[in-house]
Amino acid sequence: MKLNFKIWRQDNSQVVGDFKNYEVSGLNEDMSLLEALDYLNEDLVKKDEKAVAFDHDCREGICGQCGFFINGRAHGAGNNQTTCQVHLRSFKDNDTVLLEPFRASSFPIVKDLIVDRSSFDRIIQKGGFVSANTGTAVEANSILIGKKDADYSMSMAACIGCGACVATCKNASAALFTSAKINHLNSLPQGQPEEYSRTINLVAQMEAEGFGHCSFTGACEIECPEHISLSSIAKMNFSYMKAKILN
Amino acid sequence: MKLDAKIPDGDLKDKWKNYQSTCRLVNPANKRKLDVIVVGSGLAGASAAATLAEGGYNVKCFCFQDTPRRAHSIAAQGGVNAAKNYQNDGDNTWRMFHDTLKGGDFRSREANVYRLAELSGPLIDHFTMQGVPFAREYGGVLANRSFGGVQVQRTFYARGQTGQQLLLASYSQLSRQIEAKKVQMFSRHEIQEIVVIEGKARGVVVRDMITGELTNHSAHAVVLATGGYSKVFFLSTLAMGCNASAIWKAHKKGAYFASPSFTQIHPTALPQNSETQSKLTLMSESLRNDGRIWVPKDKNEKRAPAAIPEEERDYYLERKYPAFGNLAPRDISSRAAKESIDQGLGVGELKNAVYLDFKDSIARLGINVIKSRYGNLFDMYKKITGIDAYKEPMKISPAPHFSMGGLWVDYELMTTIPGLFAIGECNFADHGANRLGANSLLQASIDGYFILPLTIGNYLTDELKTGKISTDHPAFKEALVNVKTKFEKLINNNGTETVDSIHRRLGKIMWKECAMSRNEAGLKKAILEIKSLRTEFYNKVKITGLVNEYNQELDKGSRLIDFLEIAELMCVDALERNESCGAHFREEFQTPDGEALRDDDNFSYVSAWEFRGESDFSLHKEVLNFEYIKPTVRSYK
Repeated sequence: MKLNFKIWRQDNSQVVGDFKNYEVSGLNEDMSLLEALDYLNEDLVKKDEKAVAFDHDCREGICGQCGFFINGRAHGAGNNQTTCQVHLRSFKDNDTVLLEPFRASSFPIVKDLIVDRSSFDRIIQKGGFVSANTGTAVEANSILIGKKDADYSMSMAACIGCGACVATCKNASAALFTSAKINHLNSLPQGQPEEYSRTINLVAQMEAEGFGHCSFTGACEIECPEHISLSSIAKMNFSYMKAKILN
Repeated sequence: MKLDAKIPDGDLKDKWKNYQSTCRLVNPANKRKLDVIVVGSGLAGASAAATLAEGGYNVKCFCFQDTPRRAHSIAAQGGVNAAKNYQNDGDNTWRMFHDTLKGGDFRSREANVYRLAELSGPLIDHFTMQGVPFAREYGGVLANRSFGGVQVQRTFYARGQTGQQLLLASYSQLSRQIEAKKVQMFSRHEIQEIVVIEGKARGVVVRDMITGELTNHSAHAVVLATGGYSKVFFLSTLAMGCNASAIWKAHKKGAYFASPSFTQIHPTALPQNSETQSKLTLMSESLRNDGRIWVPKDKNEKRAPAAIPEEERDYYLERKYPAFGNLAPRDISSRAAKESIDQGLGVGELKNAVYLDFKDSIARLGINVIKSRYGNLFDMYKKITGIDAYKEPMKISPAPHFSMGGLWVDYELMTTIPGLFAIGECNFADHGANRLGANSLLQASIDGYFILPLTIGNYLTDELKTGKISTDHPAFKEALVNVKTKFEKLINNNGTETVDSIHRRLGKIMWKECAMSRNEAGLKKAILEIKSLRTEFYNKVKITGLVNEYNQELDKGSRLIDFLEIAELMCVDALERNESCGAHFREEFQTPDGEALRDDDNFSYVSAWEFRGESDFSLHKEVLNFEYIKPTVRSYK
């Protein structure tokens, strides 16, 4: 199998980048896209060129470290997947495959396809936790949580922090990411005492990082590898109003 | 140096309590005067960094990923064990201790294993408090499931994403301490050297992976929480960045390395399908609760799995191990799969896999129950293979996974270098020769949350008089120069071979000679091959790009140097151990029916290796005394 890659190359955040073309043959359709990049990189090194830099780690769709645009879509053409889960069987022989980094001003480019998503960490640092030190826990079964609530909380907690929701959003909004953390913790009894401060502080940090607002077009939920739904954002907005009034 | 495990006095059940009552403490006002470096931000590292900071220590935490939330603890799927006895099925601390000690084939310390079981219950309380959305029953209480090697239901889980949820809970606590300015977090930074001054760990040399800048960081204690080293096999279930560099540097600085050959081959990963494959994906062992493993009885079987009648299938685990069946422990299940594959009964294009079939459980429980239990795993399987496992069986294959071996630590989790601690998978302590499923999340968290934050104080009380440690010491300068030289040598080598191509070859040597079954001739051959590959690496490796920029090839090259050395020690250790135990199966030592033949008279010890120079390792033995459970033949029949 042969593919024509068109890849964004940029040495660092201080220089201007551009697209470079690479014809890669000898591929097979069971390969993942990232394996095809490994394959290309080995070839580039042998030719004395710099390897294409891209983020990745677990390659199982759970760590959230991989992620770039593939033919104009975050994590590629399929819905609800990660970049490492894209396999070459989703392309046709001789296809052109355009790879470019996630575009959002709050995700500055580090190199080639790698962006800096530390803004997500700073959002979590504002209250994406339960303030309970080690040693303070009560017996686990003394906190009863109905199956429905536990399942809902788990669905929200499943966010892998990949940033596809931001990348695909025309406003580069981090509302899906932020809402998932707020809803995960607010829906549990353990998270209740800090419900209002958490909601207000996470939203404030999301804005401070320069992420845009949500205008409910729903592109994020199509790309989210964990199927976190747009209703999560609606719920966050409700919590935000409630917090503003009652806090 | 004589190894002292520092096991506290008293009855097994009282040892940890006695330790807690008598260890020296640092008072909260004094903790502010002490600096601790934590290397790694996985479940062990993040939990330790957060808890040390809660206590008042000044913490610096380093990880090579772009954020601490990525560490590979995140990929553990199935669950975390705890002896809560919520299922009223006869579980308690003693039974869990017994299962774990037996699961490890009596090659771990009783006192450590008992403590692991003892602290498992409080750990579930702790994670629940932190907001981990564990699975629940309709009445609101926590749910459990079974795992391999045990006959009770003691595994707590959060869908098939338990590792993710526990890691994110630890990450959230770490984030809280970062916000409180008690932890300084350094992402995309990799440790290059451990600095030892006057026999004590005093700091690290770190490389900023984005700029290539090298910096020195000092502390009163250094905690390594860097995970396992099974990436030495190249193809493994580990994340691409997992590496042995920090523990190997520590080893070369004087930390003994224990049981390096004890590495677990996981029975349920997706099979390799081509030469270009970069990693093997794990499918949770929990699938063995409802899936049945089989191969066709005929080597030349060509039919689709559904078309093969029951009587022409060999459900080999159920046949060989009727008491545990498909839930036999990992080492035994992997070896049984290897036997079938070696006999030519493997399935799939490369005949390197076995079937994991859900047909019977779907018929018994309905598809919705299976979906609710394993939905995300089936989805993942489909994304990778394009196959719908509700309709046809999964194809699975053994893959390098966990390393039971690691830096030798005493009961306080301190290595043989004073002030250097090792927690989580990178130490050797609790799993013996084989780890039971759902015990790795447990050990990593307990080390980080409960044990290290207390035991480190016993060491640090003496450090109060030290004052701030300067990085002006010649040892820091020398270490930094050495690291700089290493990277310059790598980048200027201008050979012909890529890092991955050499790593792949190393992986093949290790997979062939030092994985599921080993023998003397093969191990000797492997040692020679590794040495010659190491020479070839230095002569022929080629890395492009610059030293002072983000250079992933350079990062990989630097890690491969250490894998090429640790691989040799793994083989040396496997060769020395003339017995079979747990994951270490020496073909010369087996029972007539092919089971592992342990030799307690001669090998009931932990092998702790001292580094004396290249290819020069000397063995120190920590004899294992079993006072409470007499080692028995480990039978799952």
